[in-house]
Order: sequence, then C-alpha cells, then structure tokens
Amino acid sequence: MGTIIWTTIGAILTLSVYSFLYKDNPFYKFAEHLVVGISAGYYLVIYYYNFIDPNVVTPVFQLRLGDQAIGFGSGAWWLALIPGLLGLLLYTRFFPKVAWVARWSLGIYVGGYAGLGLSPVMQARVIEQIGANALPLTSVTNVLIVVGLLGTLAYFFFSMKHKGILGVFARTGIVFLMVGFGASFGYTVMSRISLLIGRVSFLLHDWLHLV
Amino acid sequence: MRRQIPLALCFIAGLFMAVQYFIPHPTVQDTYEIVLGWLQTLLAFAFLLGTVSLIRMHFHKIRNRADDRAFSWVTLLGLVSMIGLGFLHPQHQLPGSPFNLMFLNVQVPIEATMFSLLAFYIASAAFRAFRARTLEATLLLVAACIVMLGRVPIGDLIHESIPAATQWILNVPNLAAKRGVMIGVGLGMMATSLKIILGIERAWMGGSD
Repeated sequence: MGTIIWTTIGAILTLSVYSFLYKDNPFYKFAEHLVVGISAGYYLVIYYYNFIDPNVVTPVFQLRLGDQAIGFGSGAWWLALIPGLLGLLLYTRFFPKVAWVARWSLGIYVGGYAGLGLSPVMQARVIEQIGANALPLTSVTNVLIVVGLLGTLAYFFFSMKHKGILGVFARTGIVFLMVGFGASFGYTVMSRISLLIGRVSFLLHDWLHLV
Repeated sequence: MRRQIPLALCFIAGLFMAVQYFIPHPTVQDTYEIVLGWLQTLLAFAFLLGTVSLIRMHFHKIRNRADDRAFSWVTLLGLVSMIGLGFLHPQHQLPGSPFNLMFLNVQVPIEATMFSLLAFYIASAAFRAFRARTLEATLLLVAACIVMLGRVPIGDLIHESIPAATQWILNVPNLAAKRGVMIGVGLGMMATSLKIILGIERAWMGGSD
C-alpha cells in the first residue's frame, strides 16, 4: 500500500512538471518550489552528518564526556573548534558592520581549494592529455588526432593574429571543434531522450502497470 | 585588517594545499587531512548560509503578501519536513526510512523529469543550430546526426556502417577537439588558481572595502 502511495506521489509530481510543456502553471510551480525546499533540506542533512558532525560536533562533545577520541587527523581536540568558528564567521554577512569578517573564512576556503586543485589539474588535464597525444605518426588516425589537437590549441591561441601557418592550424581546429561539438550535442540529446524514456516507463509501467 | 588578513589567509592556505602534494612527511600529510576537514566543514556551513538566505527570502515574500506566497510555503514546508525527517530519524539514510522515501519519490522524480523536459526544448535548439548555412554548421549537423543515429538500433538498420562511423567520430575528431579544450581549460584553471593564491584575483572578497 505504501509503495502505491509513494509511486502515485512520484507520478503526480512527474505529470506536474510535464504540464510546463503546455505553459507555466500552478502545478509546475508547486513541483518546482517543492523540489527546491526538499533538495535544500536533503543536502543540509547530508552535509551535517558528513562534515559538521564528524569534524566539529563529535570531537568536541567526545572531549566533554571524557572520551579520548580526538576526531579527525591527529590534531588536538581544540582543532575541531577552528572549522566551527570559521564556519560561524561566514554568518557575519548578515550584519553589515562586521560583514567583512566573513572574508577570513572565505579566504581559507577559496585559497585552500585553489591550491588543492593545482597539482591534480596539472596532472590530469595537462600532462596526461599531452602524454596521451604523443602518438607515433604511423597511421592516418594518429595523424588526425595530433593535427586536431594542434589545430584546436591554435584556434584558442589569441596572442597572435590567425594568419599564415597559425591561421591554417586555427581553421583546421574549427573543423575538429565543430565535429566535437556536434558529437557532444548528439550525445546530450540522446541522454535527455533516455531520461524521457525512463520517466514515461515509470508512468506506464511502475504506476499504471500498462506495459 | 579588512583586506590584508583575508588575502594572507588565502595565500597561506593555497600555498600549503599546493605544496603538500610534494611533501610525503607524516606531519604534513596529517596537517593536510586536518585542513581538508576544515574546508569540507566550511562547505557545509556555506551551504547552511545559502539555506538561511533561502528561508529569509521566502519569509520576506510571505510577510509582504506577494502574489505567489503560497509557493513560498511549499518550499519552506519541503525544507522543514526534510530537515525534520533527517534529524529526528536516527537511521535516516537506510532504505525505507521516511527521509529516504521522500528523496526517492519526491526529489528524484522531479529532478529527472526536469532534465527530461530538455528533450523537448533541445529539439527547437537543434532547429536553430542545425540550419546548415556554413561549412562549420554543416559539420556540426552531420556529426550530431551520425552520433544520434549510431547510438540507437535504427542507425544500424539504415546503414550498417553508421555505428562504426559514430565510434570513429567519437574516437578521432571528437577526442582531438576534447583534448585541446581540456588542456586549455586546465591551463586556465591553473592560471586562475595561481591568481587567487597570489592575491591578483580578488573578486571573491566582494566589491566593498
């Protein structure tokens, strides 16, 4: 019985969203506003249990109870207070006179993630890709891949005018880029159609048991 | 105080997170784990800040008796119900818990349906994009058609070489273009990260003093 009720709720919400195909209407707005609230609440609970609880709440409360557990890493218990205090500093944004204090937390957050991403980006997006493209020019396929990459890079090189050999490479790059964009577009269309089939299957099979 | 301290904190945090990859000493790696925990916690607090702003915005609408205030109640009700179910039910992530059921039967169907709506709108986008007026647009059109046909059974029925052509497009020209874009994006991300760490890029601090 419970399954039928939940499936019906899912089906009604699915139809509410599809009603937007006719025009914007209260049913669509209801589903739209509901998903905003539900997903905000969902991620809030998930983030609390995954990050705030293990990194701040549990270590501090364990110490208060005399437990020896320290929490994360090998730092002392008071280290657990630091992210909590930094997090609370973010809320100074609601008080215009001291709103600038929130920048301290933002500075650590933005700088930390900027630094954290440097090496992986260099490794995965630059070095690995260049290494994978260092192909022996022994087949047409390999030549096309190497020329395509050089052409694409030449197209995005704006420090010189696209004239002469650079212009030739840039024009070749456009050809490869357009084929690549076309392939991506085709893939995106197919993924959306696949989702559409999934929703129609949910309505006709899981809800109405017609197919 | 208002600008120098945040910039210094940004520099120190960025420099430490960047160089820790190259120092496998246990002290540095333990410190890295601690700082990573801080960053994740800050992410959670930032999300909570966004949720507080959402609540304030909808309360503002309700207080001002806006025309669509009934939908603000829907958002707040959804938010409060998920938070309540998540915190009151100790095993909230187990299959069959009310929190999990709400996620699977409300959030997932709405999100999946919203994404599938694009299948209809992408058709009109395709009409505009696929008008083969230039060589580039023709290439885009041909590549997209071949890839779409090659991923469904009817493509093989139309011509047996269409699936192979799809695979070739994906493995050769598409790969070359994607690699070029990926390298460009990677270099751009590195440059932006360095600018943030070194204090050249300061947009994250906001416009006021």
